[in-house]
Amino acid sequence: MLALTLAACGSNSTDSGGGAATDGAENGSTEDLTGTLAGAGASSQEKAVAGWIAGFGDIAPGVTLSYDAVGSGGGREQFLSGATQFAGSDAALKDDELATATDRCFGGEAIEVPLYISPIAVIYNLPGVDAEHLNLSAETLAKIFNREITTWNDPAIAAENEGVTLPSTAIIPVNRSDESGTTENFTEYLADASNGAWPHEASGDWPLSGGQSGQGTQGVVDTVTGAEGAIGYADASRAGDLGTAAIKVGEEYVPFSPEAAAKVVDASPRAADATDKRLVVEIDRTTTEAGAYPLVLISYSIACDTYDKAEDAANVKAYLTYVASEEGQARAAEPSVAGSAPISDALRTEVQAALDTISVKS
Amino acid sequence: MAVTSPPSTRAGLGSEPTVPVTKGGLAGRLFAGLSTGAGILILLVLAAVAVFLVIEAWPALTASPEELQEISWFKADSLLAYIGPLVFGTLLASILALLIAVPVSVGIALFISHYAPRRLAQGLGYLIDLLAAIPSVVYGLWGALWLLPILNPFFTWLSGTLGFIPLFEGYQAPAKNIMSASIVLAVMILPIITAVSREVFLQTPVLHEEASLALGATRWEMVRMAVLPFGRSGVISASMLGLGRALGETMAVLMVISPGFLYSLFLLKPGQQQTIAANIASKFPEASGLAVSTLIATGLALFVITFVVNMIARWIIARRKDFSGAN
Repeated sequence: MLALTLAACGSNSTDSGGGAATDGAENGSTEDLTGTLAGAGASSQEKAVAGWIAGFGDIAPGVTLSYDAVGSGGGREQFLSGATQFAGSDAALKDDELATATDRCFGGEAIEVPLYISPIAVIYNLPGVDAEHLNLSAETLAKIFNREITTWNDPAIAAENEGVTLPSTAIIPVNRSDESGTTENFTEYLADASNGAWPHEASGDWPLSGGQSGQGTQGVVDTVTGAEGAIGYADASRAGDLGTAAIKVGEEYVPFSPEAAAKVVDASPRAADATDKRLVVEIDRTTTEAGAYPLVLISYSIACDTYDKAEDAANVKAYLTYVASEEGQARAAEPSVAGSAPISDALRTEVQAALDTISVKS
Repeated sequence: MAVTSPPSTRAGLGSEPTVPVTKGGLAGRLFAGLSTGAGILILLVLAAVAVFLVIEAWPALTASPEELQEISWFKADSLLAYIGPLVFGTLLASILALLIAVPVSVGIALFISHYAPRRLAQGLGYLIDLLAAIPSVVYGLWGALWLLPILNPFFTWLSGTLGFIPLFEGYQAPAKNIMSASIVLAVMILPIITAVSREVFLQTPVLHEEASLALGATRWEMVRMAVLPFGRSGVISASMLGLGRALGETMAVLMVISPGFLYSLFLLKPGQQQTIAANIASKFPEASGLAVSTLIATGLALFVITFVVNMIARWIIARRKDFSGAN
């Protein structure tokens, strides 16, 4: 229940108990690494990072690693000021931040890699409906959340769910009451994919007022659970027993799955200013790729390609290499950790190439 | 010679005046110094908090509306327009809580002080004090997970039958509205109001009570004519203590309410009001820069409100002082 204001407690020193190290990093041994490695940023990837901290502790017991979930903006700020060695952020660095990054990276460049991909589920509380997933297009979703469709047996919903008996229950849309990356990605999806049915812009803060809402992911899940007919959106790993919708992609309906979420990232184009080191993805919300699930949240890991201390360079490189590795991604994908979607092998190759450029200032 | 200290002091007064006087003087001065120091310390802390709030809020206080609107969640036209509905929501929730809690508390206090058998009164007193020790986050959990489903049928009925009154219009399940938040707040402030009121009622001079009984008053008339007038200012002080707690309560409201930023008197609609403390707790973890200053500016507003509320309470008590036996 309490993922509330207690979010800033991510600092976890590594447990140095594990003697038999499983050497997960591709390049060389990580057992000899020492020092402290501090990161801060997005709370979306906090749980995944907690899993990575534990996993990295096994392979690099000498490194004290911490992550402070202060939020994406705060994380980028701390990283750029030099207070932390890496950052987690739901959004890529902005233009003015890129300029600052050159100074912070001792003349080098910032590295931005999408290492946390999390599908967002549309959850609903309709105990009487026996369909495994209700089919909903972005347009219908936009009208539901904009309070234009107000009952579950509305013709627009019925048309997409032939053969399913829908109740006449009133629809209760539930949103996040705090600002969040989940809301930002959800509204972006509605704005891009609903053919104009969503009149608002993408924003981390819910644009409508006067409706039901919940604090944090758990708050939304609890609120949806609390009333029959409620519908909301939340990190897919937290959907629990609630019904989840299959969203329309092309002509078919796709329920969320880790593979479908990873697929849309591969199918999406890179941002206009992306480089080999800055793998910034512009998620294609209107993709028609078969089996892709465009309602995902991407959180980046941000670091430097140049550090002034050899220790920092080695630690950051080893840590991010571990995070990008199959082992690291599988760890975050565990339902008990974060339930995220592992990145594809193709993306991993690109990420590794970017991470390999991390070096000490000569 | 003497076993206890008072006789030795008394004996010393006659023979050697200087020693005990300096002794007493030293202890006295020490104590006076300590208590003065404590008094000054609390003023310093208060001043430090005020200075901190003003300094930290300054960037937001001096920022132009355009600058403030760059904060993603800032949708108002100016800082005042942002703080206004929050102040409204805070006061509404607290006053509703007080309206619910004060009559119940006075009832409990009177029962304990004048009606209950002694043994029961003692047990009940302990129980009430225990309620005050429960952390607010537990009340929040209790409210969100246990109370809301129970309130649901009641609110559905209220909105269905009395929905023509705007106050009760438009209820939507689950019961995450300001009424539920106020009920949780009322339960939270109940113990403190009860405890203080009980103590005041117990102070009623027995002579007054016996006199009214001797004049033929029933027990209720005795309470009405002797106990309540005597305890009135005490009950007001107790209420203000409760109000202070309700104004600043964070977790319980955060977990129970579906927030909104409107000047709205719809008590059962979701997404209408929000309190300052809950809003800070909700937005602070992800805030940076000017957003933090804006939140602290709302905190400054809460600080001022609490001050004003206490001033009003003092004024009420001072005004009624002459008619009350409590002083």
